[in-house]
Amino acid sequence: MIKTQGLTKRFGRIVAVDKLDLDVREGDIYGFLGANGSGKTTTVRMLLGLVLATSGDIRVLDQPMPRSSRSVLPHVGALVEGPAAYRHLSGRANLAAFDAMAADGRRADRLRRVDAALEQVGLGAVDNRPLRAYSLGMRQRLGIAGALLRKPRLLVLDEPTNGLDPQGIREIRDLLLSLHAAGTTIFLSSHLLAEVEQLCTRVGVLAQGTLVIQQDLDTLQRPTGRTFVRTPDVAQVRSLLDGQVEVHDDDSLLIRVSDAAELNARLVEAGVRVHELSPERHTLEDVVLAATEAGNGRRADS
Amino acid sequence: MIGVELHKMVRDRRTWVTIGLLDALPTLVAILLAVTDLGPRPGTGPAFLSAVLADGKLFPLAAIAIVLPLFMPAAVAVVAGDAIAGEAQSGTLRYVLVRPVGRTRLLVAKLVSVVSFVLLAVLVVAATAYITGSLLLGNQSIAATTTSVSGTALSTQELAGRTGLALVYAILSMLGVAAIALFLSTVTESPLAAALGTLAVLIASTLLLTLDAATSLHPYLPTRYWLSFVDLFRDPILWRNVGRGAGLQAAYVAVFLAAAWANFTTKDVTD
Repeated sequence: MIKTQGLTKRFGRIVAVDKLDLDVREGDIYGFLGANGSGKTTTVRMLLGLVLATSGDIRVLDQPMPRSSRSVLPHVGALVEGPAAYRHLSGRANLAAFDAMAADGRRADRLRRVDAALEQVGLGAVDNRPLRAYSLGMRQRLGIAGALLRKPRLLVLDEPTNGLDPQGIREIRDLLLSLHAAGTTIFLSSHLLAEVEQLCTRVGVLAQGTLVIQQDLDTLQRPTGRTFVRTPDVAQVRSLLDGQVEVHDDDSLLIRVSDAAELNARLVEAGVRVHELSPERHTLEDVVLAATEAGNGRRADS
Repeated sequence: MIGVELHKMVRDRRTWVTIGLLDALPTLVAILLAVTDLGPRPGTGPAFLSAVLADGKLFPLAAIAIVLPLFMPAAVAVVAGDAIAGEAQSGTLRYVLVRPVGRTRLLVAKLVSVVSFVLLAVLVVAATAYITGSLLLGNQSIAATTTSVSGTALSTQELAGRTGLALVYAILSMLGVAAIALFLSTVTESPLAAALGTLAVLIASTLLLTLDAATSLHPYLPTRYWLSFVDLFRDPILWRNVGRGAGLQAAYVAVFLAAAWANFTTKDVTD
């Protein structure tokens, strides 16, 4: 759905994005992670043809960008760096205006489309007050509605839950999951690890303009080969599994055993009481921080 | 896209406030003249103003002559300067472009909208002035003759035709301003900077026109021939400056629109 090769953008002497090879496949919810200023937004803008690349190729929906903007962008819904709309118009009038800019189909269909998009983001019941009276959360929802207008095959969303309350965040997450289930590929740029962890199937991490990770989330969160155990019978466990207990903190233990089921059986057999037992997994946070630091280190060396 | 832009302009309260303000000055002048009966002496003050006390039908021309040096270009600079920069500042530019609206198409739509504004502004000012002129000022010319600037008589028909030409000329003069402002609007992300930049160009031009050392530049300055529409009311019409003015404005429009296009279509939209 999105493929870039050697994508590079320089602003004067500053390299904002450096030889990026993105690969977003059909059906992904791709989490594009990176700290502020890492080049996420510049990349998103290049994908949409807003910023012109210094060098490298971009293909979106298997067509070259920005050359094929006219045939690609009608199938792409985008939210870039926060929502924006005309302040003197109502939310509905705004969507109608944006929809009419690249008009297709009959007017009645288009108005129905606007209503459907408002309904999807929970603004269906909203009155006709002008946009300047909207709250931040309502604007965010309107921005997402704008992205959904054309029932896009690909959604490119930059910080979609910004400014929403927990309830709103959950609604938008559910909406994205249902769109994904219906076949929409989602490219979600964010600096919120938790959001990406909850939603995404694949993750790309950008650090100072370089892609340091691009991997399926499951692979990143693979087991570490250790098992976490919480028990009141710490001494008993220690004697039973001599030398395999790596970390010991109060009633919590980390044990160098990868097969949690087998460990459980042994503990039960020995009469050890167990509160909790689970295989330890790499967390996205650890992986991202490690990769980002490694990336920074490489840059410092070169 | 053109329809959307026109709709937006017509729906925007600012458009009508601007035109209203633009209209206020000539109306005030008409009221003052009617109340005091004190016109400027012939040959002084804004063009045609000395004649309107006798003939109110000349007031549309006087009104144009009143607003053309400053009010009208300021309004056009504000509206045209807002065209792209305003969208950039409010953040809507990126959403318009990914809709997708091609950059060239957006620029054309903005241009049409700005031109419509100029047309609307000039026509509203002229129409209001016609009404206030007929109601408040002299209607000596019921006998169907008006005196041309050269002193010969003009029939009502001739007067109407020449007034039409003068309005076209005024509109053309403002299109030059619009082209400069539209170009600056693609350069900066601040509509204010684009409008002020345009006004700076016009003020510089006006200033250089008073400077003998700049004589060689005079024929190329954008404001040089603005008031030459007066020549349309000489008998016979003195075409020389009107023609030069039209050519000069056409050149400004062509050059700055080309520059606006070249700049906007290759620009990184990072607002």
